Order: sequence, then C-alpha cells, then structure tokens
Amino acid sequence: MVSQLTLSERQYALVILVLAALCGLAMAAGGRGDPLGVHGIIVMIYSVALAFVVMAGYYTPKPDPERLSHYYDDPTKFGIVLTMIWAVFGMFFGVWVAALLAWPDLTFDAAWASFGRIRPVHTTGIIFGFGGNALIATSYHVLQRTSRARLPDQLSPWFVLLGYNLFCILAVSGYFIGVTQSKEYAEPEWYADIWLVVVWVVYFLIYLRTLARRKEPHIYVANWYYMAFILVVAILHIVNNLAVPISWGSAKSYSLFSGVQDAMTQWWYGHNAVAFFLTAGFLGMMYYYLPKRAGRPIFSYRLSIISFWGITFFYMWAGSHHLHYTALPQWVQTLGMSFSVMLLVPSWASAGNALATLNGAWHKVRDDATLRFMMVAAVFYGLATFEGSFMAIRPVNSLSHYTDWTVGHVHAGTLGWNSMIVFGALYALVPWMWKRPAMYSPKLVEVHFWLALAGAIVYVFAMWNSGIIQGLMWRTYTENGTLAYSFLETVEAMHPYYIARAFGGLLFLIGAVVCSYNIWMTIRQARSDLVRQKEDADVPLFARDAVQAGE
Amino acid sequence: MPEFFHRKIERNAIGFVLAIVAVASIGGFVEIAPLFTIDETVEEAPDMRLYTPLELAGRNIYIREGCYACHSQMIRTLRDEVERYGPYSLAVESKYDHPMLWGSKRTGPDLARVGDKYSDAWQVAHLINPRDVVPGSVMPKYGWLMRNELRMGDLGEHLAAQSTVGVPYTQAMIDEASKDAYAQATPDSAGTAGLTERYGEATQVRAFDGDAARVTEMDALVAYLQILGRLTEVAYAKSEPAGE
Repeated sequence: MVSQLTLSERQYALVILVLAALCGLAMAAGGRGDPLGVHGIIVMIYSVALAFVVMAGYYTPKPDPERLSHYYDDPTKFGIVLTMIWAVFGMFFGVWVAALLAWPDLTFDAAWASFGRIRPVHTTGIIFGFGGNALIATSYHVLQRTSRARLPDQLSPWFVLLGYNLFCILAVSGYFIGVTQSKEYAEPEWYADIWLVVVWVVYFLIYLRTLARRKEPHIYVANWYYMAFILVVAILHIVNNLAVPISWGSAKSYSLFSGVQDAMTQWWYGHNAVAFFLTAGFLGMMYYYLPKRAGRPIFSYRLSIISFWGITFFYMWAGSHHLHYTALPQWVQTLGMSFSVMLLVPSWASAGNALATLNGAWHKVRDDATLRFMMVAAVFYGLATFEGSFMAIRPVNSLSHYTDWTVGHVHAGTLGWNSMIVFGALYALVPWMWKRPAMYSPKLVEVHFWLALAGAIVYVFAMWNSGIIQGLMWRTYTENGTLAYSFLETVEAMHPYYIARAFGGLLFLIGAVVCSYNIWMTIRQARSDLVRQKEDADVPLFARDAVQAGE
Repeated sequence: MPEFFHRKIERNAIGFVLAIVAVASIGGFVEIAPLFTIDETVEEAPDMRLYTPLELAGRNIYIREGCYACHSQMIRTLRDEVERYGPYSLAVESKYDHPMLWGSKRTGPDLARVGDKYSDAWQVAHLINPRDVVPGSVMPKYGWLMRNELRMGDLGEHLAAQSTVGVPYTQAMIDEASKDAYAQATPDSAGTAGLTERYGEATQVRAFDGDAARVTEMDALVAYLQILGRLTEVAYAKSEPAGE
C-alpha cells in the first residue's frame, strides 16, 4: 500500500494524518462531556492508526517509475474489501432492525440498540458504507479504463477512500450514542458534514485531473453518470445540511430551515440522494460492467443521451411527491407529481438500453450468474422506477404514504437494483483486479444469485402486502360511518409480514456473506499464486498488467 | 443534429460539468426559492408560542432516539386522517421547528396532536414499557429516560442557536433557559413565576415524570409530547364550523 507512494506523497500523507489527529484532539478537548468528544477520540485513533501504517512503510524502496505505465488499482482493491465489510455490517443491522418490528424486545433495554438508533445505522451503513464504497472503488477503475489514463497521483485516491470511510464511521457511531440531525439520509451532524465536503472536493478533482489527462477524445457515458453523482450530491449535501452548531464544543446543531421550507429542502435532498447517489452512480457502474461482461456494445448511444439528461433534469423536481396532502403548497406537490411521472421516460430508456445491450448475449445470461446479476438489476431498476412514478401520483400516494409500501419500494431499488449491480460488478471486477481467470468458486456465485433474488422477492412481496393492507385498514369505515380499525389493530395485522420481511432480509444477508467468502478466497488464491511466482523467479513479471485500452 | 452537438460537449470536461450543474439546479430552485417569498405559504398565527427550554430539550431527545422514524407529525388533508388524529396540520404549526419532524412512516400513529390526549402518568408508563399499557404495541422500551438526569447547563446555548436561525427567543429567555427548564419540571419552585411570565400563563408546569425531586430526560420528553399540537389554536379554530 505505502510502497506505491512516492517519498513526497508519504510525507504529505503523514502531514495530513498529523493534522487530522490534531483536529481530533481539538474535538476531544473542546467536546469533553459531549458526544463530540467521543468523536474526537475516534478521529484521533483513526488518524494515528493510519499514521503508523504509513510510518511502517516509510522506508520501503521508492516505487518503480515504470508503475506510471500501469493503472493504479490499489485503492480499488481496498475499496472492494471495504464495500463487503460495510455490506455485511449494514445488512446485519437491517435484519436486526426488521426483527425488532416483529419482536420488539430484542433491544435488551439498551439505548444504543433501540429501533430509532439502529435504523439509521442500517440505512447509512448500506447507502453510504456499502453503496458509497462500491461507487468510489468502481469509479476509480472505470475512470482509468475509459480514459486510458492513470489516476493523477497515488495519494489523493487514498485520501478520498479513507476520508470517506471516516465520515461513515463518524455517522454510524454517532447514531449509537445519539448524535443525529434527524434528516433522513442526512443524519450526521455538522462536523461530519464539513469533513465530507472536503473529501468530496478532492474526489471531484481526481475526476477532473484524470479526465484532463485522458487519451480518449470522448468522455464515456459511465463517467457522465459518475460526474453527475459527484457534483449533484455535493450541491444537495451542502444545501440540506446548512445548520448552526450550538457551540464549537457540541455535536448539536439546528437546521437553518424550519417547517415547510425545511420539509421541501429535506425531500429535495432525500429524493435526489436516491437519484444521484443510488441511481446515477450505479448507472455509471452498469454502463461499464454490463457491456464488458456481455461482450456487446451499448445498444444505443442516443438512448444514453436522452436518459442521462432526462434523469439529471427531471429528478430534481420530483422530491415534493414525498409531501402530498401535507402543508406544502399544492402547486409544488403538483409539479413534483408531474415530473415524477415524466421520469419514467428516461428511467426506462436506461433500463431498456441495458436489456437491449444483452441481445445476442442471452446465452451468456443463462450460463453466467455474474451477468445475470446485472440483468436482474436492470429489470428491478425498470420495475422500481415504474413503481416510483406510480406512487408519486397523488391519489395513489394517499394510500401508500406512511406505510410499508414505501419501504418495499425502496428495497426493490436497493436490494434488486443497487445491490445486484454491485454484486455483478464485483464478480466481474475481482478476478480482473487480482489477476485471476475467474472467481474462486463460480458455484458460490450461483448460490449467491438465487439467495439474493429470493431474498429480494420475499422482502418486496411482504412489504407490498403489509403496506397496502395497512393503508386500506386506516381508511376503512364501518356502515355507521366511523373508522373501522383502531391504529393498534392495523399494527397487529402487520406481524406475519414483518416476520416474512426479516426472513427475506436474512436470505439476502446470507448471500452477502457467501459473496464475501468467495471474494476473500479469490484474493487468497491470488496471493498464493504470487508467492509461487516469486519462487520461480525466472518468470518475467513485467508487461503483464500494462495499460491496455478498455482493459 | 443533436447528436453532433452532444459529441462536442462530451469532449469537454469542464463544459460537461457546467452543463450538469445548470440542468440539475433548475428544479430545486423553482420549487424551493418561492417558498421563502410567497406569503401564503405559511399562515398567520398570532397566538403561536415558543417551545420552552424543557420542551426543546424534550424535542432533542425525540430526535436523538429517532422517534420520527416511526411517528409522523403531519396530518394530511384526508378525511380518515382528520377523524383519526384531528384537524389537518398547517404550515404555521411547524414554523419554529428547526428541523421539521413531519416524518415519512407511520409504524406508530401520528403525533402531531398527541398533546393533552393522554395523562403524564400514561405517557411515562408507556415509554417505560409500551406493552404494559398497549398490549400488541411494537414500540421499544425507553427505560433509560427515567434513569438519566436531564442535561440543562447548555440550554442557553441551544436557545441562542435557535434565535440565530430565526426563532424569536428574547435575551431574557436565553439567559434564564436552564433555570426555566428546572422550574417547569419542579412545581412550587421559585422560578415558575418567571417561566410563565416569559412563556405565557398556559405553560404547563408539572413533575411530568411523577418525581418532583429530579429533572429527568423523561420530564423533558413528556413535556414535549404534551405540547404537540398545542402551540397555536389556529388549526382548531379553522375546523370548528365542521363540529370538532
């Protein structure tokens, strides 16, 4: 890891880590007796531990200048490992939090384990931990291949990857000790938010600097999406998190916005976190790994253009569909509904483009579970975006809102689309990265595929049932014109579906564990290969992984 | 023809970046900016009162425990919701809510008008073990609220920050915040007169957790729950003709 950094990069790394440790020290001192102090200590430990890693490798020989003719994949490899750690962590908490709704006493009367605290642990762990690391790791890989250029330096990719994970750790550890802004999917407090902005600017600069050195005249579609993901998430994050801390020594802050303006800002953020974190970035992934794995070019260049600009433009209007029939002015609700329906066009253009790309490769979809992951992801993407447009229609929303239907819809997206495309991409990427002909066990990839598909379907069907049943029960009247069901009766009716949902999630979690094991064994095989090769030292190693167009 | 145009911009990284920012900014700008400028967005409510320091502390506990993940505070303009929970929510009712807690999921019922609906003793018993009073509930237990003393020393800083973001707390309210919080949960203490003078005669002064000797997190959370929907009467006045 450190041996690939130049001497000056090693020095810069140490300077950054010392500064970060000092920041941590200041937070720990200023925030004594406050959760901020706990976070200061976490920042210190994180920075000091990394400083030790850098120092341990400080005197390793300088990297070979010949490295510059290769792509730089170390951060991608490490990012893949982090992705799977967060996947198992986040999904474990997902299953736990699901089980709490069926068996509420699984909190053991511990504050940190109550539903309201571990629910954001699950959402952040999955969206930002699992999804974010997958996006960063794959973006480094795709960016270099599609630009035919090496990342601009060896330090900034590590800064982004490790800095981003520090943000995730601060976020998740904060929820356990009660630090949250309460804004959904933007829960971390002001200092973590500021840190993410710093990381994000460096991430954006890596993109621009690499693109500036590209040897391909055109910027490939996947990079449009990755760039939209980076840029728009920055805009959303900064605006929605504007807040005034109560003091420099406290984790607590108050949002700049209140009431109806805050609600609109939050759901403008919230819906576009779905659009630009969970859709744009992952479409970038799909536009590279699916055609590569299928061995087919993208079906239509025009469709890619329509869907890209359609998504970039329409999505930003759609957030107000989270606020139908509320105190938000009706004209904003109507705009949100209209644009949500129009969104179906670019969304299906993307999904259709992906599926049409597979024409001529359907026999591969049949035989290759990796490609099948990506195909199923595109199908779920199409289903979830259809469902989303449908649920944004005001009268439909009157039934679905506040119920499990929304939860089911989100999970059709996250389990069926995001996770499946990540698993597909990783199963393609891991053998490339570790120079293996294939995964350790193609059979386990197959097992994982069926576990994931079964888990997603059980989950989504359970939530459709519970959501629609509860929504209908809430609005059912007796013949005398009174409400037919007490709220509690509608809660009790959910019990079987909550058990089914937890079971579906468990299947999905087991699949992720199988995937982690498979990846780990592939890495181990690669390592033992390397040892063997070193033993037969007369085998020439160079030029084996030289820069090639499009991998 | 558009293809030609696009082939050009996809060769220029900076141009592409600017195009993304421009295209993505329009929607949010058109929908959000007018909400700050159009007067009808938020109704007038001359009787609107502020959260007391104790209620604000309770609100922060509500946020800390993630109550908003299962309870909305937004009654929609639908017949069954109005009949189940009370008059539909008005924008003005969350005018001082930084941030708002409208919520997005009802695993439990809406709480926008739960204030005064149950007794303090019921709320305390329910928070300690929901299934003692509502068999079949899936809500977690919150026993530690009764065990934890409320942190009151920095409430002045809280009110000052609230005033920075636009809540009209006076300097006296900021200065006396910690004392006011103590007084509200400690009836017959010296500070109650000042508290009601600052926040109005209607301010509820009680030992919310049933123990006047200590100010716990339970005091704060119950004080907050009991004020929900009662900061202004404007929503009730509106629906009165229909026979509330």
